[in-house]
Amino acid sequence: MRWLLLKDLRILGRSRLLVALLVVYPVVIALLIGFAISRSPSKPRVAIVDETPAGETVKVGGERVSVSHYADELFNQVEAVRTPTRSQAVAKIRSGDVLAAVVIPQNIAARLSSTVDQAHLEVLYNGDALEQSLVQSSIDSAIAKANLAFSEQIQQAAARAIEALLQGGNSGILGAPEDLIGLSQIPSSLSAIIARRPPGAERRELQRIEDFARFAAQNLTLSRQVLNTISQPIAVTSTLLHGRRTPLNTFAVVVAVNVSLMFVCVLLAAGGVALEREERALGRLVRGLVSREVLLAEKSLLGAGCAFVVALAMLCGVGAFVTLDWSRVGLWVLALAAGALAFGALGVAIGALAREVRAASLLAFLLSLPLAFLALVPGGAVSRGFYDVIGAVSFAFPFKASLQALDAAVNGAAPGIGGSIAHLAGLTVLFGALARAGLRRGE
Amino acid sequence: MSAVLRAHGLAKHYGELEALRDVSFEVAAGELLGVVGPNGAGKTTLLSILAGAQRASAGTVSRPPREVGWAPQQTALYAKLSVAENFELFARLEGLAEPQEAVARMLEQTGLADRAGEQVGRLSAGNRQRVNVALGLIASPPVLALDEPSAALDPGQRERLWGFISALARAGTAVVFSTHNVSEAQRYADRVLVLANGRLLFDDRPSELLRRGGEPDGGDLERALVAFLAADAPEHIGEPP
Repeated sequence: MRWLLLKDLRILGRSRLLVALLVVYPVVIALLIGFAISRSPSKPRVAIVDETPAGETVKVGGERVSVSHYADELFNQVEAVRTPTRSQAVAKIRSGDVLAAVVIPQNIAARLSSTVDQAHLEVLYNGDALEQSLVQSSIDSAIAKANLAFSEQIQQAAARAIEALLQGGNSGILGAPEDLIGLSQIPSSLSAIIARRPPGAERRELQRIEDFARFAAQNLTLSRQVLNTISQPIAVTSTLLHGRRTPLNTFAVVVAVNVSLMFVCVLLAAGGVALEREERALGRLVRGLVSREVLLAEKSLLGAGCAFVVALAMLCGVGAFVTLDWSRVGLWVLALAAGALAFGALGVAIGALAREVRAASLLAFLLSLPLAFLALVPGGAVSRGFYDVIGAVSFAFPFKASLQALDAAVNGAAPGIGGSIAHLAGLTVLFGALARAGLRRGE
Repeated sequence: MSAVLRAHGLAKHYGELEALRDVSFEVAAGELLGVVGPNGAGKTTLLSILAGAQRASAGTVSRPPREVGWAPQQTALYAKLSVAENFELFARLEGLAEPQEAVARMLEQTGLADRAGEQVGRLSAGNRQRVNVALGLIASPPVLALDEPSAALDPGQRERLWGFISALARAGTAVVFSTHNVSEAQRYADRVLVLANGRLLFDDRPSELLRRGGEPDGGDLERALVAFLAADAPEHIGEPP
């Protein structure tokens, strides 16, 4: 095996373009995938047409909430382009300068203050189906966030008005007396007065007023709590069932490294076996010089070894920019080695079945790329039945198991590394047997 | 002369197809044995089985594959390796005690010592074929199986190659070669096997094939072969040998 391995390394060394492509292409693909995963979606560029007069307010109780708060909240959710008129906004959409426009109408304050009419915004957009979908979901999300923030402002104003009614004092509410008595103080004041009154009709009347004041104070207190609850009706507590929480950027690193590991390994191993056939040296080798098993193991090790070096170098290199737990480096090596061997076995199976280098390379690409994408489809993103099919396909090939092993090694993510490595070992044996059968085909 | 290789009852099936059927023969040391026959007769299959590149469905070969040197019809070499590196790799895989000595010997035998460092992919077809044949000889096997060794060579290259092969036979190597060029068999073979449809129809000297084909001594062996096949295997008439 040593001489075959040396021979292959010598041939690789003389195929510099191939080596460069084998290293550069997967690294570029891996970085693109990693970048796409780790980068949060950018804010859509949206024209905002604010037709409300400057200083327009909505009156809540005795307070006034500026409508400009709403526009400000909307500006925070998008890459806002202030546009004076609706027609200019339409022109910007048509020219592609902005994806959409939101028109805040002149009468929004009046409608918000009204208890009869609902306030309306106008959203204008254009583009193909993909852009429409993106714009619609982005604008819906932005408006929902702005609505929530604006309603919080109104709720806070309402809560302050209720607080003033309950506690009294200098409320600052327009038209209120300087030293307003609070509703919650009335029962105790009335109680002292009632105690000084002789029994009779007047005392009973005062007693009724005291009961009402106590009841009203209790219910207004409840209203204040209800307002707080409405402003944030559901609080979220997240609990990760097992493993460690994986930051998106370190997960992206794991995906990028795994993609590189797969491409380098599968392509080299597949190409190595196919090359022996293409050079017609296979017949010479297997007539007693080298057994088929040793030949397949050598090609598998060639691919696995080269891919391991590239992937480990990549992981260490990325570690200079992303915080990785270097104390787990032993586990990285273990996960990369197990993944590389499984990909190597897959590669030799492809090489043995395809028989020609070009066919083997094409098959390796056609198989590897979809497998990587399928393994990254999150649960819930597709229908249950389709996800089960994806799960079965991902289980039958090494990408997902290798990704899980590497994620567990690098991030301590679940499932644990042991199960994934056992899975990879099983796949190594399976694809090794498939390669053995493929190599014998046609004899 | 005593036989250095015996094939007995060789058969090969590819599913329904019967590529070889009950083929038996022997070859002596220093003998040049030519295998001729029409396309699809089983010549390549027979040589591949002798060399151990394919397994026979039935029958036996008296020597293990590693004792039979093999040069397949199409050159089986690593194009990115140099002539010397190809020799060295196979010398090491053969487990030779002195691989560098074997490399030097092969370079001398092929006359390619001055091109030892050149990548095989850059050699002419004739020189590649010399390296291809030499790789079969690297472990000094007593028997050499050559499948269409002169195919794709020009007359000059062919002449040099046969000079090389004849020298090997004179040194005691038994050479079994297949060829489409019947005049080559007439010129170089000590004995001729005629295969047709996987069956061995003739095993004797070329002069006997001439006689059986109705040709005089020194006549045209190709014409004799066609006549022989017309008489003994008429189903093959129409296919060139």
